[in-house]
Amino acid sequence: MSQAMLEVSGVTTYYGNIVALRGVDVHVNQGEIVTLIGANGAGKSTLMMTIFGKPQARDGRITYMGEDITRMPTHKIARLSIAQSPEGRRIFPRMTVFENLQMGAAITDGTHFQSDLEKVFAFFPRLKERMHQRGGTLSGGEQQMLAIARALMSRPKLLLLDEPSLGLAPLIVKQIFESLRTLNQEDGLTVFLVEQNAYHALKLAHRGYVMVNGLITMTGGGRELLAREEVRAAYLEGGRH
Amino acid sequence: MDYFLQQLINGLTLGSIYGLIAIGYTMVYGIIGMINFAHGDVFMVSAFSALIAFLVILAVGITAVPLALVMVLIFAMLISSLYGWTVERIAYRPLRGSFRLAPLISAIGMSIVLQNYIQIVQGARVKAIQPVFTGGITLHEGDLFDVRISTIQILIIVTTIVLMTVFSLIVAKTSLGRAQRSCEQDQKMAALLGIDVDRTISLTFVMGAALAAVAGTMFLMYYGVVDFFIGFIAGVKAFTAAVLGGIGSLPGAMLGGLLIGLIEAFWAGYFSSEYKDVAVFAILAIVLIFLPTGLLGKPEVEKV
Repeated sequence: MSQAMLEVSGVTTYYGNIVALRGVDVHVNQGEIVTLIGANGAGKSTLMMTIFGKPQARDGRITYMGEDITRMPTHKIARLSIAQSPEGRRIFPRMTVFENLQMGAAITDGTHFQSDLEKVFAFFPRLKERMHQRGGTLSGGEQQMLAIARALMSRPKLLLLDEPSLGLAPLIVKQIFESLRTLNQEDGLTVFLVEQNAYHALKLAHRGYVMVNGLITMTGGGRELLAREEVRAAYLEGGRH
Repeated sequence: MDYFLQQLINGLTLGSIYGLIAIGYTMVYGIIGMINFAHGDVFMVSAFSALIAFLVILAVGITAVPLALVMVLIFAMLISSLYGWTVERIAYRPLRGSFRLAPLISAIGMSIVLQNYIQIVQGARVKAIQPVFTGGITLHEGDLFDVRISTIQILIIVTTIVLMTVFSLIVAKTSLGRAQRSCEQDQKMAALLGIDVDRTISLTFVMGAALAAVAGTMFLMYYGVVDFFIGFIAGVKAFTAAVLGGIGSLPGAMLGGLLIGLIEAFWAGYFSSEYKDVAVFAILAIVLIFLPTGLLGKPEVEKV
């Protein structure tokens, strides 16, 4: 088997004495869209942050492109061109939309800034209209777009998205997922997607993982998981859009 | 009227010095949410560095005043930046993430250490230099006295305006300034975007210390005397200025500094110079009662 782009093996993470991840194994291959679904509090966001070393894994190993990043400082991981649109969006509230995007491009040398900017504005025209408005004054949906756009501005090879559909109108969710598919197919962007909106996520993804209580309980192809009775019962029935 | 004008000039000069120091307080508070009580003492160290550089330059025989001043300034800025950086490194960084009072106590400790260190190596006596700048401009010839603005006062006010402008531009427009503001608003997110948070905090201390060094050099040239205790008084005043203007706000620090300088000068001029500090702190108390976040401070409402 060829080496995975991102490989999480046997990772346990604690918040103080409380265990959040209990030996998680996940891998993402180059060019894939992989999704992680699970209920609230299952540990999905903790895994996303553990990949970035905040908090650092207590046991286990995380490698990216063959390099061990388990104990690497967060900012150095970001400079390996992994980007994250984190839980809660974390827009800089007292910076303008434009400045937030500039922050996204902080690790680049700036030569592609203009064209990257036009690209994210093409995906999210609303951001262009709001360019000089402060991040804190945007609506939740606009902030979500900004969080994704900011992550894209760093020209990532691997994009981690934590619940991009949260708080968004179904139409916009659909549009964002379309954008992800385009980025994946045309630019070869690898995507690791955490979602509660399991239906859309599994339909989009090549592969999926199901997390329960800090453990991976199921894995398989996106459509394969979508068809499984346990998945449908736990995450889909009543939750379909 | 003449008297008023003269006190206005004196107040602006004093206020410029306070404002330059206050920026160090306000920026550090903005980025890590603590009061760097050793900042006033870094200012004091810079005044001593300027004194030493000045005496060396005099001994070497450099007499061109502008050249001498630039050399003194650069030396003082380098030394005090080193102190600012070191204080953060040994006294605050190891305590980051511990309970809130720990770095505060550590800061007070650093302040005492610096004061005593200078007292031991430089002596407790007041050190004096002969006036460097003697000239001035007479603005108005009055019956009792002339309204004058001295060369050093012009220098202090102009330098302060220039530095404030440059500094505001750095914070508003450069990537360093953006990194600083991002760390101020959300350190975890800044790190996720590849910002080296520790380095940005260090640079903030260095920038604050460099501005304090300009204030220290100007202080030395203006008053002609320094001792190991000037950092405490100037520090408390500049801290007051930062709080008055709204701690965390750059223009606030400058405005606060100017106001404190003006209040002091006018109170000393029209009432009594013994009670000028009482006036300063009384006005601080009154402002804080009605505007708890200071004059230009931002209330914390935008967090989503």
